[in-house]
Amino acid sequence: MAKKLHVTTEINGAETEFLARPDQTLLSALRDELHLFGTKEGCGSGDCGACSVEVDGRVVCSCTMLAAEAEGRRITTIEGVAQGGELHPLQRHFLKEAALQCGFCTPGLIVAARNLLDRNPDPTEQEIRFWLAGNLCRCTGYDKIVRAVQAAAAELRETAPAD
Amino acid sequence: MRYAAPETVDEAVALLASAEGGAYPLAGGTDLVVQMSSGMRAPALVVDIKRIGDLGRIVSDASGIRIGAAVCGAEITGNAEIASKWPGFAEAMDYIGSMQIQSRATPAGNLCNASPAADCVPGMVAAGATVTVAGPGGRREIPVEEVPAGPGRTTLAPGEFVISVNLPPKPARTGDAYVRFTPRTEMDIAVVGVGVCLTLDEGGTCTAARVAVGAVAPTVLLVREAGAALVGTPVDDAAMDAAAEAVRAACRPIDDKRGSAAYRTRISGTIFKRAAGVALARARA
Repeated sequence: MAKKLHVTTEINGAETEFLARPDQTLLSALRDELHLFGTKEGCGSGDCGACSVEVDGRVVCSCTMLAAEAEGRRITTIEGVAQGGELHPLQRHFLKEAALQCGFCTPGLIVAARNLLDRNPDPTEQEIRFWLAGNLCRCTGYDKIVRAVQAAAAELRETAPAD
Repeated sequence: MRYAAPETVDEAVALLASAEGGAYPLAGGTDLVVQMSSGMRAPALVVDIKRIGDLGRIVSDASGIRIGAAVCGAEITGNAEIASKWPGFAEAMDYIGSMQIQSRATPAGNLCNASPAADCVPGMVAAGATVTVAGPGGRREIPVEEVPAGPGRTTLAPGEFVISVNLPPKPARTGDAYVRFTPRTEMDIAVVGVGVCLTLDEGGTCTAARVAVGAVAPTVLLVREAGAALVGTPVDDAAMDAAAEAVRAACRPIDDKRGSAAYRTRISGTIFKRAAGVALARARA
């Protein structure tokens, strides 16, 4: 059995160390080594987006990335989205708009949507749908998700400090 | 399996060349890591090339634009110079997968995964791009179309890997375009994909043309006869028809769930005409 690798990385703002097999995916390390169970495994092939996390500011499927690649990177998972016990506006609006049923895709959708709103505070409906095309949801039909993202974007624009 | 993340090209070559059993360079991992997880590939060594500084950069000078092999799709489609000079290549890259895939996947990886349906490969071939390959024998520059050998296979020797994709300087009055046909508008794999790049003289006569077709043969094809049918013409309907016929004649597709061989061959001419129309408009702009 191959020797495990020692990985030092920043996860949700905290320096984090863990051991990983050389062939272990970041998704597996997050769940099985670090017990961050919010990130879900759907397809395991980069198609469904349930395992979306942010790595150095870009949204990626953690099933297409080796844990060893995380060395020195800055990672945000769904556990890092709520701050100080307060839900992120995206999380509140997902609840308010009932933008989930089974909830399995929700962590990935919120991570991906947050990445969009960080880059583009006022996306069109088309831009939202395009950005979230890599996050599959089999319950909602997507309309409620799009409405939740639009509502969260509007709230974030209102509360954002003026430039 | 062993994982290595060297910081120089020479170290990466030494690692890849001395490995016993399968050794693969790792860029975005959207093919390799998935193939490992599904048991399709069991490498003895994976060499992560993203810690090699130069491979993460886009460099533009008089010799063209060099895109390091670790540069992801999102960075390429967000690069203003590439988007304005080579929009066909940029749109070919942009077709691939979701934002999550774009944040990892690279053109060099798309090329070396060697899928016949790789979207950005016809875009690169049409643009006349080359790749720089590093290996135990040093570095060499070869045309993109010489890399794929068949589905999942390349012509690269053991220990060799692509370190950059090189777009040439763009001649005046040149336009490129990539059009693919898929049953869905997004998140799908090409039934046929066609890249076209053409150059006009001041009078509007075509002086150079490259046509590349994907998903209709074991590798992406550069169809020289189709380019030749456009050169010397004003790219009128007769020239388009002749070039489309050359594209159909070059097709050697298989039947699969995305389309029959007969269907793929027939629509390849149609998709060629659409791509050539866009490239022509860009060359005239």
